[in-house]
Amino acid sequence: MRKLSLFTGCLIPNRYPGIEKATMLVLERIGIKCSELKEAACCPAPGIYRSFDNITWLTLASRNLVLAEEKGTDILTICNGCFSSLMDANNILKTDAGLRNEVNAHLQKIGKEYRGTIEVRHIIEFLHTDIGVNKLGDAIEKPLEIRAAVHYGCHLLKPTRERKLGSAQFPVFFDELVEATGAKSVPYEGKTSCCGAGGGVRSAMLETSFKMTEYKLDRIQKAGVDCIIDACPFCHLQYDAGQIELEKSGKYYDIPVLHFTQLLGLALGFTPDEVGLHLNEIVNLKFEEKIAQIQKWY
Amino acid sequence: MKNPDILTCFQCGTCHASCPSGKYTSLNIRKIVRDSVKKDVSDQPEIWMCTTCYDCQERCPRGIKVTDAVLALRSEAVKKGKILPVHRNVCNFLIETGQSIPLDDKHRDMRKKLGLRIDEASRKKAHKEVKALIGSTGFEELIKK
Repeated sequence: MRKLSLFTGCLIPNRYPGIEKATMLVLERIGIKCSELKEAACCPAPGIYRSFDNITWLTLASRNLVLAEEKGTDILTICNGCFSSLMDANNILKTDAGLRNEVNAHLQKIGKEYRGTIEVRHIIEFLHTDIGVNKLGDAIEKPLEIRAAVHYGCHLLKPTRERKLGSAQFPVFFDELVEATGAKSVPYEGKTSCCGAGGGVRSAMLETSFKMTEYKLDRIQKAGVDCIIDACPFCHLQYDAGQIELEKSGKYYDIPVLHFTQLLGLALGFTPDEVGLHLNEIVNLKFEEKIAQIQKWY
Repeated sequence: MKNPDILTCFQCGTCHASCPSGKYTSLNIRKIVRDSVKKDVSDQPEIWMCTTCYDCQERCPRGIKVTDAVLALRSEAVKKGKILPVHRNVCNFLIETGQSIPLDDKHRDMRKKLGLRIDEASRKKAHKEVKALIGSTGFEELIKK
């Protein structure tokens, strides 16, 4: 197994630090050595920078890639946006010599050079491929008998030609990981549909973006779940803060939103506070009580 | 937009039918991509309504990179100085801090309570290098337009 550097991005450390904490706790507990990628900056966010100027996007992404190249590690991302930006940029720069030269001319000014020697990983596909569902299942101490709505998020899966993680319409690997924690992944209509946040839409048209979120939340609620499990802090923000916004228009959901690392943390025996659930906008005490009861039982 | 790929489109509308944003907004992805071949669409607000979910691109029977085309159309608009104020703000955060969503006091406090450290020296160096790179690529100038 190649060594890994953790790339936390902007949104997790600066808005949902609980996800960062949970990630560190679970990686340590399951024995994955992974130090933080120091001096990393914004990935940069694909929705804005890739739209604005291709070379700036590639150059800023390449700087982060070079930091890992210098350490001789792969990059482990815990956000679909960071995964998308860094993986796509890495693929483009590995194959397009013209763009690589152009980017390296910019990088030279800060004394760096992109070589194309590392890979970019996402914690969901990493755990599924390199650790495996069985091994992860063996590590679980508190099997969580709860019902979960799994949300993959667009950029974990698509574009499928780049991601090479199988079907984007009927994906299974994330559900398998969730079920390894003892939870039941409940099917729901529109499961692979967008949360509404991406592409700069959340910042440009907040209300419109929430209409897409409402579409998802209505169907998730109908499916009857204890929580939503995501793989991306931007989807996480959209579902978590989105529920508060939608309350203003009379919609009441109260569905706790967890990043997968937070769910895994609970299944490994960490408390809801330790994995930062109390730092979400939606704090559902009934859910936390249920978790506490399960944890006490085992 | 000069994109020969788009000329193979036979206007089946699968892209628009797949579009989560098009359900709620005036974005008609089939129409805007077709129009972009013949005319400048930089002024159309619809190019900013796409969440880049890639459903259209995944389902296009012609294999046209529809979402990537939207990104290219946005870049053309940006070159003409057509940037939404909120997006300019996000870019300014990056220019000022090296991060698109900077840390505020509330979340600094949260980190402290969780026992998570902030490596200020590391963030400072990152910011300095990001500044140098966006100066070099001309991004700072582009955003000021």
